[in-house]
Amino acid sequence: MSRQMGDSHRRFLQTMMANGMVDEQGAKRVYQYCCEIHNTQHAPDKLDDFIETINSKLQPMFMNIRKGMSEESGDQFYALVNMAETHVTRMTSDYADNELELFRKTLDLIVYSEKGNASSTDILNSADTMTTKKLKKSETQQLLNRLVHDNWLNEKRGEYTLSTRCIIEMEPYIRTMYQDQVKVCHICRNIAFQCQICENPTCGIKIHNPCVARYYKGKAEPRCPACEDFWPHEIPEVRRPRSQSRK
Amino acid sequence: MMSHRKKPSNAHGSSQSTSNAGPTATQEEEDDATFTQPSTMQVQKGLEKLTPAQVDQKTAEVVQYFLVKDQKKIPIRRADLVKHVVKEYRNIYPEIMKRAARTFDQVFGLKMVEIDPKNHLYILINKLEPVTGASPITNPTNPKLGLLFVILSVIFMKGGVVRESVVWKILKNLGVDIGEKHEEFGDSKKVVIEEFVRQRYLEYVRIPHTEPVEHQFRWGQRAEVEVSKPNILLFMGALHGQEPQSWSQQYQEAHRAPNSSQSGTSSQR
Repeated sequence: MSRQMGDSHRRFLQTMMANGMVDEQGAKRVYQYCCEIHNTQHAPDKLDDFIETINSKLQPMFMNIRKGMSEESGDQFYALVNMAETHVTRMTSDYADNELELFRKTLDLIVYSEKGNASSTDILNSADTMTTKKLKKSETQQLLNRLVHDNWLNEKRGEYTLSTRCIIEMEPYIRTMYQDQVKVCHICRNIAFQCQICENPTCGIKIHNPCVARYYKGKAEPRCPACEDFWPHEIPEVRRPRSQSRK
Repeated sequence: MMSHRKKPSNAHGSSQSTSNAGPTATQEEEDDATFTQPSTMQVQKGLEKLTPAQVDQKTAEVVQYFLVKDQKKIPIRRADLVKHVVKEYRNIYPEIMKRAARTFDQVFGLKMVEIDPKNHLYILINKLEPVTGASPITNPTNPKLGLLFVILSVIFMKGGVVRESVVWKILKNLGVDIGEKHEEFGDSKKVVIEEFVRQRYLEYVRIPHTEPVEHQFRWGQRAEVEVSKPNILLFMGALHGQEPQSWSQQYQEAHRAPNSSQSGTSSQR
């Protein structure tokens, strides 16, 4: 069911293009705003249908407005992503071949890590095994700074994690590249990096930190949803959605 | 149509002659600005050899390329487009461009504009009406756009051309001294005379017979199609606590019926 695209859809799409990523509250406000400007009927709970109309027209361009969750705050975001593996996608046009190689090595470290992060030491060391033109330590550090500035990675106390935008944009790529080696959240079924793991060796399911918070809210004794063993990890608080943030 | 720079330009718009080597020319000959538009017949034959999926894929790549470049406000050069994206599909180039233009129009509300018919440079401009008033979400603010807007305003208020010394003085009063490293812009002069000029927002031209050499600023091609002159007056009005109409000459200029094909009411995206 895809309606025709109107100016309200186009304006919404342009807003997504200008902002890259918008939080759920912001997206709702933009949707309302676009409908009002163009005198289009606005049904507050039909945002996803509205976006679906846009997506049906973006599909031939291998573009998509996807929804994803911040692994830190649990906030939902919409991001305009590129699904084509061609040489013109945003990241490949901004970074050199050897820089992309280092990014892929960082991705490896993060995917295979327990906590979904990679230390700057490990990343700097991984530059030693590069097959494209090697990066010096200082160049690697500069590249990492740039990746953070361009909102592909987050950095906290020398540890690097994938940004929400990166996860949303690269999910199909990551699933293809890593297949069943990438962790998947048992609750929301999306790929998971920063998550808790069931300690039962025959179970080992993963749950995002915010998904843990939501799932166990109000439950007296937390138990694994798959094997029912006691869930030993600290249950985080459910965080309320903040307004527009850049993660 | 030859677009070789050494020859005098005899082309506006797209003539589709095949007076020179067509798609059978060697790679080296075609690998620069000497791209020749294929004829309708050649396009037709080319399409017959390709599947719809292949043509769609190539169109998608062209659309992506435009969007990525345009986001950085870099005009798209036809020669680069053909060399890096269109490649072996150059024999159906007009068909791909037609489809890309239709996509920009119908899906994105954007228009592909050839701002330089001689060198075949394109930009994307907004077809949707600019909206005054606050946006429902805070756009990531680019301070450079603020700087640019001030300069465009100065040029406009001074009748369309202004000596660089005037601009530098005004910027200095606003805290942007081109003699010093600026906290936000770094080398501010470089941003203005290189970046903004490359992006076609400004023109920076030598004034003949000046010693030491002095330049003047004008609006660039992108500013002409993207920036709304009534908005400049609103900006100036807000700055000075005056009505836009109080600058009667500029007001008339801003609200003059456009004689070019593009109505100058597109705003910066």
